[in-house]
Formats: sequence, structure tokens, C-alpha cells
Amino acid sequence: MLFGLLPAALGPLFLRSLGETATMVGASAVLSTLIGLPLGIALVVTAPGQFLERPALNRVVGTISNLVRSTPFIILMVAIIPFTRLVAGTSVGTTAAIVPLTIAIIPLYARLTEAAMREVDQSLIEAAQSMGATPFQIIRKVLLPEALPGIVAAQTVTLVSLIGYSAVAGTIGGGGLGDLGVRFGYQRFMPEVMLAVVVVLVAIVQSVQFLGDWTARTVNHRIPRKRRVARAHS
Amino acid sequence: MNAAPRLSSLESAQPLSETRRDAVRIESLSKTYDPAAGPVLDDVSLSVRKGDIHGIIGRSGAGKSTLVRCLNGLVEPSSGRVFVSGRAITGLSGAPLRAARREIAMIFQHFSLLSSRTAAGNVALPLEVAGLSRREIRERVPKLLDLVGLRAKADSYPSELSGGQKQRVGIARALALDPKVLLSDEATSALDPETTEQILDLLKSINQRLGLTVVLITHEMDVVRRIAHAVTVLEAGRIAESGPTFETFAFPKSAVARSFLSSIVAHDLPPELAKTLRTEPGHDTDPVLRITFTGAGAHQPVVADLVERFGVRPNILHGRIDTIDNRALGVLAVVLEGGETLLEPIRTHLSSLGLSSEIIGYAVRPVAGRPRAAFS
Repeated sequence: MLFGLLPAALGPLFLRSLGETATMVGASAVLSTLIGLPLGIALVVTAPGQFLERPALNRVVGTISNLVRSTPFIILMVAIIPFTRLVAGTSVGTTAAIVPLTIAIIPLYARLTEAAMREVDQSLIEAAQSMGATPFQIIRKVLLPEALPGIVAAQTVTLVSLIGYSAVAGTIGGGGLGDLGVRFGYQRFMPEVMLAVVVVLVAIVQSVQFLGDWTARTVNHRIPRKRRVARAHS
Repeated sequence: MNAAPRLSSLESAQPLSETRRDAVRIESLSKTYDPAAGPVLDDVSLSVRKGDIHGIIGRSGAGKSTLVRCLNGLVEPSSGRVFVSGRAITGLSGAPLRAARREIAMIFQHFSLLSSRTAAGNVALPLEVAGLSRREIRERVPKLLDLVGLRAKADSYPSELSGGQKQRVGIARALALDPKVLLSDEATSALDPETTEQILDLLKSINQRLGLTVVLITHEMDVVRRIAHAVTVLEAGRIAESGPTFETFAFPKSAVARSFLSSIVAHDLPPELAKTLRTEPGHDTDPVLRITFTGAGAHQPVVADLVERFGVRPNILHGRIDTIDNRALGVLAVVLEGGETLLEPIRTHLSSLGLSSEIIGYAVRPVAGRPRAAFS
């Protein structure tokens, strides 16, 4: 089992933990994208001077997102237990852990996508406006496609952060690899379990990063194709 | 707004012929962004005839970018009104403004193409925005790319195109919705001279073939000379002068127009030469006459004529002949040696030939044995 690091008996447990991590990270990644991307768009288009300028709203959303981001995850997780119970029906377990994970990651994702979309040249928005594009068309046909490489990079960073946060979620019974590592590797003095957990997490993070970088490069047409290929092979 | 009914009644009182002839009419337009900095546009009134290429030239900060953005409502003026093909643009917002913008296309200095779309995809954008069906878009995009000679590059991304090719895509994109007016915001400023020439030729041929009115913002008089029928010179937010290109080039009235023209038409002597002239006649000076040849007069043997008729010895200081709006324009600065007493008859004679002349100074006669300072 796993390079002979783990006692065979721990195999099923390990797989279950891996599944829990995947569930927590996957579900909160999807949810935070669904909520965070519109928030990121809102932060860009309502900024002063933008085409849906709403400075007051922009400040409120910005401040809330900063508040959430500056709260340590473990504190946030405990602080929003009543909300978690309201949404998930329980405050313990893998499903319950998805709620604080999502809440914690939304502001990060929104800020990262906001930064990516802010990089889109203002003249492109002006060009779309001069064609008679509606705000929705500008967002869908200009802002999002032009910022796509940056949005993919934001997605990558978010996923990696989520994998890290998910380890903490073990404290409220969320399970997952991190929890396995703490319970067996640390509390039961089985360093080989800890090592296995770290090896797998490193492998997952590496794969996510590699896939994210590759996707970002593929959707980026700002660099000519020939040079992009050359860069990928160098 | 209670002033609205009054304005619209004024508008309907406009003679129909005028709205038909003018593709763009700007009425006492002003724009102030920051009251402390003063107005960017100050009471600008201007008409662009239908089918004309109208150049608007000014230095950076003269307000030309703001002016052109008032034409498609990207900038809301502080006061004044803008009409494009008879339709009031100022005061429009939302859907009516977007509908109006679809008739006013724009091309940009840095092309403003989406890096995420191919050439064909960029040309398709305004068609998608206007809600055309996929089939219609597939039919029209190749035709538009043909129009600018870029069909072979349909599947290339902007990053794989040269500057000139990118601007061609920009032009095809601008023409996609059959606009009534094309706004060009420094469209050739980022291009090298050769490519600039190609893009200007393309704009000229589009103007002729489609009868499309073009409003062209530039800081280069050479762009105006090559393709504009009329020109407006902006300085510090005001119109310094405005008129047909040839007349403006031949007889510029404002100092700013003269300085823009200095590299093209020899209205002013080169500074090192101008320095040697005196402003008042003296016992040791000869008058310097600037003769402006226009049209047919440009081909007359004027200098020889002066020698024969008046016995003066014209000495050419400076001169240049150019073609502007398909007409010849020459400017010649001559020292009339021994001509001070004959000035009036000479000028009368020139004007009878249809040439305008002006005394621009007095050259100091060279001391015997020493050449004239201007030629040393």
C-alpha cells in the first residue's frame, strides 16, 4: 500500500480520507466559483469609472471580502457554526465542512478573478461599448474571455488553498487526508502515515498546479502560438 | 427636463436639406472633466458633410479624443449637442444609445482587438452584439475580411498579425454593421510610414466605394493631406480653424495650423533662415515675397515672368510644391533684389495670375564680395 509506507489495514481508511478531501475540495471549489466569479465581476464593473459604476456597493463588497479574508480559517469555521447548521443541517462532518470552506475561499477567489479582469485593457471595453454592446455582453464577450488565462490561474491558486484549508476542517469532523495525518501520524505516533499523507498531498497539489498552468497557457492567445509551444518545451 | 420639448421643436425646425447633407453636426459642444483644470472642449461647433473624410487635428491634450468620443456617446458632454446622420446622440442612454452606436463605428490607435478571438472572431463581435444569427455571421465575416484583404488570416489570432494587419481587422470589424460614420482615433499613429500609407489608402478606397463618412482624429498633418477633404484644427479645446483641406493648407489662418503645416508646406521659412530677416525695410535690404501657387497657377513660369516683366532678380530662398486633395500647392519665398519700388505692381501682377503673395520680411543685402548670410 502506497510505496509500502502504510500498513495494509489502513488502506481503506486512507482511500476514504482521500474521498473526503476530494468531496470537500470539489464541492467548495464549485460553490465558490459559482458565487465568487459573479462577485469578482461585480467588484470590477462597479468600481469607480467602470461601466456599471456603483462606488458604494463596490466598497461594501470589498470590505466584507477583506473582513472574511483576514479572519484565520479555524476561527471563521467556529464562528459561523450557527450558519453552517442552518445550511447543512449539522455542524460536524464532511458536508458541514463544505460550508466554512466555501465561505472562506469565496473572497480569495473573487479578489483573484477581480485582479485578472482588471488587467483587461480598458480600450477593449471601450471598443465593445462603441459597438453598442450591453453591459452583459461586455462581461460575457470581452471581460471573461480576455481574462480567462488569469481566471484559470486564480482557479489553480484557489484549489491549492482549498486543499490546505481542508486539512483544518478535520477539527470539526470533516475528515480528509489532513485529519488522517493528524490522528494517525501525530496522535498515534505513526510517522509513516503522516509521510504518506504529505506525499499524496504534494502529488495532488503538483498535479493541480501543472494542469492549471497548462490550461492557462492553452487559453492564452496573447502570445503567438509558435512561441507558446517553444516556451512550453523549454 | 422641462427644456426638452423646446429643444426638439428647434430640431424639427432645422431644414431637412441640412440634416441630409451633414453626416455629423456638433453644436457648441463643451466638456469639463475637472473644473479646476478648465474645459477640455470649449464651445466647439462643426459640421461634417456626408461622404467626406474630415480630419480633426490637434496636439495631444487639444481635446480631439474627447471630441470624437462625444460623437458616439462614450463621453457625455457638459453642454452642447451632437447629431449623427440627423439623430441626436447627446442625452441618449441605454438601448437607444446602443442602437445609435451601431451606426457609428470606431477604429483605434492600438487596434483594440480581443486577444482571445481570431481575426474572424473579432470581426464577428459586433455582429454577435447586434444579435445576428450564426448563419448570417458565417456569411458576412469572410466578405468583410475580403474587403480589407485579410481572408487568408481569418484564423490567426491578433498576436500573430502585424500592426497593419491588426488595423485591417479593426477596419473590417468597424464596417461589419454597415455604419453611417466611421470614427478613426489616431488609427495610424502606431504604424510605420509604409503601413500608414496602406491603411490610409484602404480608408480612402472604403470612403469612395461605400460613400462612408470618416471622422479622422490625428496629430499628423500628413494624414490629413493624404486623405481628408476637410480639416478642423483644434487647440486647447477650441477650433482654431476649419475648412476644406486645400484652402486650409494653402492659406492657414491660425498659428497652430501653420505650425502643423510647417513640415509639409513651406509657409514659414526654416527658423535659421527666418532669423536673418528683418521686419522693417532699410536702405540695405531687399523685400522677401512669399508666393502661394494654387491649382493651375502652380504650373506658371512665375519667376521667369518677374525677371522679364519687371527686371528684378528673384532669388529663391525656400520653396516646395505638393499635392493636396488632388490639387497642386506650391509655396515659394523669393528675395526680390532691387524690387522694393516695384513691390506693388509685382503683387498686382501676381494676383492677376491668381497667385497670392505676402511680404514676409526684408533680407539684408550681402556686402560686396561676401555671400548673403542665408546661404552661408
